[in-house]
Amino acid sequence: MIEASVVIPGETLPRIAATAETVDLLRKLWGNNGPLMFHQSGGCCDGSSPMCYPDGDFITSDNDIRLGVLDISPDGEPQPIDFWMSREQFEYWSHTFLTIDVVKGRGSGFSLEAPEGVRFMIRSRLMETATPFE
Amino acid sequence: MTVYAAPGTPDAKVTFKPRYEHWIGGEWVKPVKGQYFEDISPVTGKPFAEVARGTAEDIDAALDAAHKAAPAWGKTSSTERAAVLNRIADVIDANLELLAVAETWDNGKPIREPLNADLPLASDHFRYFASAIRAQDGDHAELNGDMVSYQFHEPLGVVGQIIPWNFPILMAVWKLAPALAAGNTIVLKPAEQTPVSILVLIELIGDILPPGVVNIVNGFGVEAGKPLASSPRIRKIAFTGETSTGRLILQYASANLIPSTVELGGKSPNLFFSDVADRDDAFYDKAQEGFVLFAFNQGEVCTCPSRALIQKPIYDSFLGAGIERTKLAVQGNPLDTDTQVGAQASNDQLEKILSYIDIGKQEGAKLLLGGERVDLGGDLTDGYYVQPTIFEGNNKMRIFQEEIFGPVVAVTSFDDYDDGIAIANDTLYGLGAGVWSRNGNVAYRAGRDIQAGRVWVNNYHAYPAGAAFGGYKSSGIGRENNKLALEHYQQTKNLLVSYSEDKLGFF
Repeated sequence: MIEASVVIPGETLPRIAATAETVDLLRKLWGNNGPLMFHQSGGCCDGSSPMCYPDGDFITSDNDIRLGVLDISPDGEPQPIDFWMSREQFEYWSHTFLTIDVVKGRGSGFSLEAPEGVRFMIRSRLMETATPFE
Repeated sequence: MTVYAAPGTPDAKVTFKPRYEHWIGGEWVKPVKGQYFEDISPVTGKPFAEVARGTAEDIDAALDAAHKAAPAWGKTSSTERAAVLNRIADVIDANLELLAVAETWDNGKPIREPLNADLPLASDHFRYFASAIRAQDGDHAELNGDMVSYQFHEPLGVVGQIIPWNFPILMAVWKLAPALAAGNTIVLKPAEQTPVSILVLIELIGDILPPGVVNIVNGFGVEAGKPLASSPRIRKIAFTGETSTGRLILQYASANLIPSTVELGGKSPNLFFSDVADRDDAFYDKAQEGFVLFAFNQGEVCTCPSRALIQKPIYDSFLGAGIERTKLAVQGNPLDTDTQVGAQASNDQLEKILSYIDIGKQEGAKLLLGGERVDLGGDLTDGYYVQPTIFEGNNKMRIFQEEIFGPVVAVTSFDDYDDGIAIANDTLYGLGAGVWSRNGNVAYRAGRDIQAGRVWVNNYHAYPAGAAFGGYKSSGIGRENNKLALEHYQQTKNLLVSYSEDKLGFF
């Protein structure tokens, strides 16, 4: 399990983590595709799940927010992976901590892991600083 | 009660081939790289066929075939094209059970649905667009005594279409029918979760279409979908699916200066005004069913009524009755015509749904029904089944804001009309909504005030051809199911004709 760095100005707690299986898969995908990025997809079908793309393939804008940077390198040269989400979606997610996990699966838009027969997904828990809904 | 035989068993309506190739230029073509992937049935969790794993090379071959067929198909009269579409509709009707079993096996949905909804809607869709293209007129204007303007609808040419897995055949038809009616040739990339049922259909209709008019390349999104969507050889890309992929599709379209229509999902509210409970009659019964429709197609519908907003005075009684009604939903073998709730389409969908049920509980939503994976035992034991689930909470929770894409409804109350509309519209999406009221004025005003492309008034989950369908806000761009869709697949040619013999006098 690794945690992402804190990147949102003013924050002190990381928002993203990746399980060991996720890290292994990401190292493999990096080996095949080069630097990577994540964008959390909303919407139907294969959405409500993170999409993994070659870094830069998905053009982000001021309407997206970077939640953290995961460095998957075991040692030496860093291998940073940015995790992005649209700002409008983040408004509803900001009270939750996101752990990227991997499950057996079939599909995923243009996400890179699909041919491996697996699918990234998010497991969530409340952030320590979140106010629980009453 | 009929239980259809599983494919490949005695008496089965359909037997799958062990391996499916691409459909290119009117014939089966092996993938250039010679790779295949397994198609797993959600009914059993077991693989049932191998499917060609397409890559950019196969997409290029399909585009070659589509380009070769495009001039002749584009110049075919609308009368002839309409006749082709009508013949396809007849073939679908004549093979209803065969196609229904194939669809259930590939997607997991209960067979009553393809038999009564998906497939009849598909054949009707072809008939609708056959009529629409026959009835489509051009324009002309006599600009002055010497100048006449003639406007013609022309096809775009070769178009790319990428479709989802929740209604595999119907989603393909929603795209194919208008594009074909308008005179385009097509490269279609089905979803990798459900790549086979459309091929079973193409086997039946393949000889009705001229070779190369429809080409089907299966494969993974990143390996086959991306080369198609980003190809400079298509004149339009159409997509139905999730938002990040939708943004990529629009990105590729912008790089190639081609139009794109994208349908991206929703978090549709179902509003029940208190007058619904004024009488315990057929209409109340209908509204109760409307509540339970969150479980239709296992919740795997972009317009799933996944938020139920119940007006406070009737909240306890309506919800209580709704819970009891949901308990009666029959979950079981998807090949049994009595089954109402089948399997989710894949393992990762099931896992995602379970993770949302978990976050719902963590956020403090109250679990009123369901919440667990289901083991149906026997051959179905590894299938992807989850209980219809009801949560109570507030509209800011993630389970109220995100598309879970499973048989899960999030319920909350509202005070008055303005409160109901505000909660209904407090969402990033705007695809579908339901309004239930005995008062026609309230129903009408609510329908107009809700920011969604489709508002069902006193009904839900009806998709007749002719009723325009598409999203507001982050639910996408463009409309399907109505003659409007023809315009998404055509361009306007203006012929500006001079009948004057005289020069301008400029040079």
